[in-house]
Amino acid sequence: MHIPDGFLDTRTIIATTALSTAGVGVALQQVRTRVEARRAPLIGLAAAFVFAAQMLNFPVAAGTSGHLMGAVLASVLLGPAAGVLVMTAVLVVQCLLFADGGLLVLGANVFNMAVIGPLGGYGIYRLLRFFLHGTRGMVAAAACAAWASTVLAATCCAGELAWSGTVDWHAAFPAMANVHMLIGVGEGAITGLVLAAIARTRPELLDASMPSRHQGIAWIAYGFLLATGLLLFVSPFASSWPDGLESVARGLGFEQRALMSRSIASPMADYRIPGIGSPVAATMLAGFAGAIVVFVGSALLARGLVPPPSPQPPTREP
Amino acid sequence: MRHDFLDRYSRLHSPIHRLPAALKAGAAFVIVLGAATVPLPGVWFFAGATLLLPAVAAMSRIPWSFLLKRLLFLEPLVLGIAVLSLLRPDGLSLFAGIMARSTISLCTMILLSNTTPFADILALLRRAGAPRILITILALMYRYLFVLIDEAERMSRARLSRSPGISRLERWRSFTALLGQLFVRSTERAERIYAAMCARGWE
Repeated sequence: MHIPDGFLDTRTIIATTALSTAGVGVALQQVRTRVEARRAPLIGLAAAFVFAAQMLNFPVAAGTSGHLMGAVLASVLLGPAAGVLVMTAVLVVQCLLFADGGLLVLGANVFNMAVIGPLGGYGIYRLLRFFLHGTRGMVAAAACAAWASTVLAATCCAGELAWSGTVDWHAAFPAMANVHMLIGVGEGAITGLVLAAIARTRPELLDASMPSRHQGIAWIAYGFLLATGLLLFVSPFASSWPDGLESVARGLGFEQRALMSRSIASPMADYRIPGIGSPVAATMLAGFAGAIVVFVGSALLARGLVPPPSPQPPTREP
Repeated sequence: MRHDFLDRYSRLHSPIHRLPAALKAGAAFVIVLGAATVPLPGVWFFAGATLLLPAVAAMSRIPWSFLLKRLLFLEPLVLGIAVLSLLRPDGLSLFAGIMARSTISLCTMILLSNTTPFADILALLRRAGAPRILITILALMYRYLFVLIDEAERMSRARLSRSPGISRLERWRSFTALLGQLFVRSTERAERIYAAMCARGWE
């Protein structure tokens, strides 16, 4: 999902860099004020851990192998702000040390994988935790959120590519989303399995990672960033009103781009019929179906992995 | 340390390696910026870069096989996304443009990362005003990256030699248990590092 240099136009680079700077800034502020000083080395080591974990390949099938992104794993283990910083550090090192992911588009990559990934994933994780309790609930919710974060980040990545005019949304979104719906299954499974393994051996590490409740302003800022990103990069294409995109483009003073986007948006008229005719609609449908399948799958995974809690009455997933 | 190979060549001695890091990073940034923004036929720019980059690579004395391997490793990722642009109405010229832009940028970044030690880049970032915590995190991450990769590989080798011929499901379970164990060890190491940092007067 690392975007290389040369794929995004100036407008997208500026927008994503601004958004990811704001996200990393809020996370830094939060770590500086809320997290005790001993966490700084832990975040660095966790980043090295995510990097090392990404280098271990998992056998998938027929010679192919997948590896972890680690965004939800990091934010569940260390809290969302630390998760953002861990993923940012991983992406910066990948860019500067291994030329994996472009330099100018670092902002876009950080936004997709270090802001949308951990924060969107963590938001989903917390939502699911409202009705999934106990260790089993944690494993199931984290596995689900890891899948969702992968798909979200890929969708955002497709939106940025389409926004830049390099790739047609009708090609980019189905390609990216469908591939990452499959990759995300691996991500979710690995995240759930690793968390279950940690819960078996060192459960106190998981209890320590619960953030304090009073982080209102940071959450508002995070929510605002996520909403802005999704509105900016994804909604112009997901909505069936090409005019919306044009007016946004005109408002930003990019008439020339708007001309190009009209050529993107025009096939949408042909695909207006809701149903399987359009690859975008089919992908969205697959996404909803996939989310349900993943939810059931992660509940089963958690049930298989985590022994029922003996002291308290057993909690069951809905 | 076995994983030194990841950035082994960034500490060679050559005219390019001796240049100040700020100059190299600045030049790389200009080339990448140029590659991203030059209007598209851009024959002069791309011809110039195509002459300049191999010359720099030759002067840096990094083995060609290493540079080519890195390029061949990363180029498919570029190609994978660029192929999608072929579906656009003006696909072929767009595809060629994207490939030119990103290949030049990729070569530039490969050269920069292999001629400049990461510590120098971090010092540069610090002087440019990057937040102190972020620099600390990056420095620690870089310092322990190789240690943890080594540790992961040792654990993985030990696991493989203890349990040959297990099913795929079992392999996944033991791999993830290994990752969990690696995280536990990382946190323990972080505690020790923090204690050592405090003992040396950190903050």
